[in-house]
Amino acid sequence: MRHLLNTLYVQTQGSYLRLENDNVRVDVDGEFKTRLPLHHLDGIVVFGNVLLSPYLIQKLGRSHKPVTWLTEWGQFTARSETPVSGNVLLRVAQHACTCDAARTLAVARFIAAGKLQNQKTTLLRSAREAAGEDAPALRQAARDINAQIAVLPLAETVDEVRGIEGTAARSYFEVFSLMLRANRDFFWLGERTRRPARDPINAVLNYVYTLLAGECASACQAVGLDPQIGFLHALRPGRQSLALDLMEELRPVVADRAVVTLINRQQLTPRDFILHEGRTVTLTEDGRRTILKHLQERKGEEVYHPITGRKTPIGLIPHVQARLLAQHLRGDRPHYPPYLHR
Amino acid sequence: MDDPIPLSALQHFVFCPRQYALIHIEQVWTENEQTARGRGQHERAHGGGSEERDGVRTLRALPLVSREHGLFGVADVVELLPDGSPRPVEYKSGRAKSRLADEVQLCAQALCLEEMFSGSIPGGYIYHVASRKRREVTFTPELRAAVLAARDGIRELLRSRRLPEPAADDRCQLCSLYDECEPFAPRDFPAGYDPFETRPIP
Ligand code: SF4
Repeated sequence: MRHLLNTLYVQTQGSYLRLENDNVRVDVDGEFKTRLPLHHLDGIVVFGNVLLSPYLIQKLGRSHKPVTWLTEWGQFTARSETPVSGNVLLRVAQHACTCDAARTLAVARFIAAGKLQNQKTTLLRSAREAAGEDAPALRQAARDINAQIAVLPLAETVDEVRGIEGTAARSYFEVFSLMLRANRDFFWLGERTRRPARDPINAVLNYVYTLLAGECASACQAVGLDPQIGFLHALRPGRQSLALDLMEELRPVVADRAVVTLINRQQLTPRDFILHEGRTVTLTEDGRRTILKHLQERKGEEVYHPITGRKTPIGLIPHVQARLLAQHLRGDRPHYPPYLHR
Repeated sequence: MDDPIPLSALQHFVFCPRQYALIHIEQVWTENEQTARGRGQHERAHGGGSEERDGVRTLRALPLVSREHGLFGVADVVELLPDGSPRPVEYKSGRAKSRLADEVQLCAQALCLEEMFSGSIPGGYIYHVASRKRREVTFTPELRAAVLAARDGIRELLRSRRLPEPAADDRCQLCSLYDECEPFAPRDFPAGYDPFETRPIP
C-alpha cells in the first residue's frame, strides 16, 4: 500500500538542509528552523538558493525520495533519479506505443476526454454556487465543452485532439473569472499567458501548474515511466511531455479549483502580487507560501476513484493514474482510463 | 545459458506468479516490500558470521549458489551439524503466507548447499519467530521437483515478458501488492464509467 506522505517544500533562500540521524534538519542563516523525520516524507522540493548536504541527497536517493530543484520562481530545473525508477520493459513499451500512431491517438483522446470532463465538472460546480447571470454563462460554457467531448472520438490525429482541447480551453477560460466571487476587478483573466504572466490569475495558475507538473513527473518516475515521452503533448527537448499529459486531467479539479477557492476565501488577495512596470505580474513570497500550504492540505482530501473504486487522497491521484497508464502500456489494460472527478 | 534465478523470486512465484512478475519484472515497488527487503538486508549485513553451541555451528547470511540448477541467493541461517553437514533454517517473522512457498524456498537453499558442500541434505527447518517454534521440512522428490518447476516457470515468464493474470482468490488478502495489482478491479472500463459521456446540461 502506498501511503500519502508529505513533500517538503523549501523556498526560503539561503536554507541549508542536512541529515541528522533519520531527520531532515533545516537551518536558515545558521539558525535552526525545523526538523522532520525522513519517513514522513516522500520527497523534497527546493526553490532557488537552497543547499542540501551530500549525505542527505544520498540518503534520499537510497530511500526512493526524489529531490526536485526549481528556480526561485518555481521553474523546473532538475530532479534526482532514484534506483527504483527503472522498469526497462515498461519504458520499451512506452516508446513502442509512442511510435504507434493509432495507440498514441487512443491514449491522447482519453487524456483529453478526462480533462474536458473535469473542466465541465468544475464549471458546473461553480454554476451551482454562482449568483445572477454568472450561472447561465458557466453552464453554457459547460455545454460548449460537451460539444467538444462529442467530437473527440472522431479525431483522427493527435493534432486534431489538440485542436479540440484548445477550443474547449478557450470556452473554459473565457468564463474562468465568473467562478470568482471576491476581488473580481483585480482578478480578471484576459487570456492565458505563460511566462511571464501578464495578470495575477495567470501568475497563480502558472505557479500551481508548475507544482502539479512536478508531482506528475515524480509519479511517472516512481512507476518507472519516462516523464519526457508523452502522447498528447508533442515531444520537445527539455519538456516533460508525459508529466504534462498526466497533469491535464488534474488541472481543472486540483489546480484551478485551488486557485478559485483561495481567491473566494480571500486567502489570496491583491496584496499577494507584485505588478511590475511593463505589465508583468509575479507572486510575493507570502502569496506562494499561502498557495503551497493550501495545496498540501488538499492533498490529504479523499476522493472516490472511479476505476479502483476506492477512496484515494488527492495527492496520490497522479500516482494512481501513472500506474493505470503503465498497466495499459504493458498490455494489462485495454485502455488508459482518465481520472473523472465527481 | 540462462541467468541464475534469485531464491527470493521462487517464493514469490510459488505464492503467485503475478506477484513474482510485478516485483521482479515490472519492478513495482511498495513500501511493504521495500521496507521488508531493506530490513532483511540490514539484518544480514550486521548479522553475518558464525557462532557455535553444543557442537552445532550457526552460519548467518551465507551466500548460496547452484550452478547446476541455476539458483543463487543468501540463506538467513545455515546450521552445520557436528559431522559438518549443513541444514538450512528459514526464519519467518510475519504470518505464514503460503506453506508451499516457504518450503520451496527452503528446499531451494538445500539444493544450493548440496552442491556447495557435496552431500545430500534430507531436510531443514522453518522457524516461526512469533511462536518460537521450528518445524521440520523433508526434502521429498516432489518438493525438489517443485523448486525446479518454479525456476522453469520464472524463466518462461522472463522470456515471454508477460504479466500473468491476477490470481483473484484468497491469496490476495495476504498480498502486499494488492494496491498495485488490483486483482479484482475490472481490466476494462467499469459500468457507468464513460470518458466520452455528454449528458445534456439543463
Ligand atoms: S494481489 Fe493477488 S493476484 Fe495480485 S499479486 Fe497479489 S496474490 Fe497475486
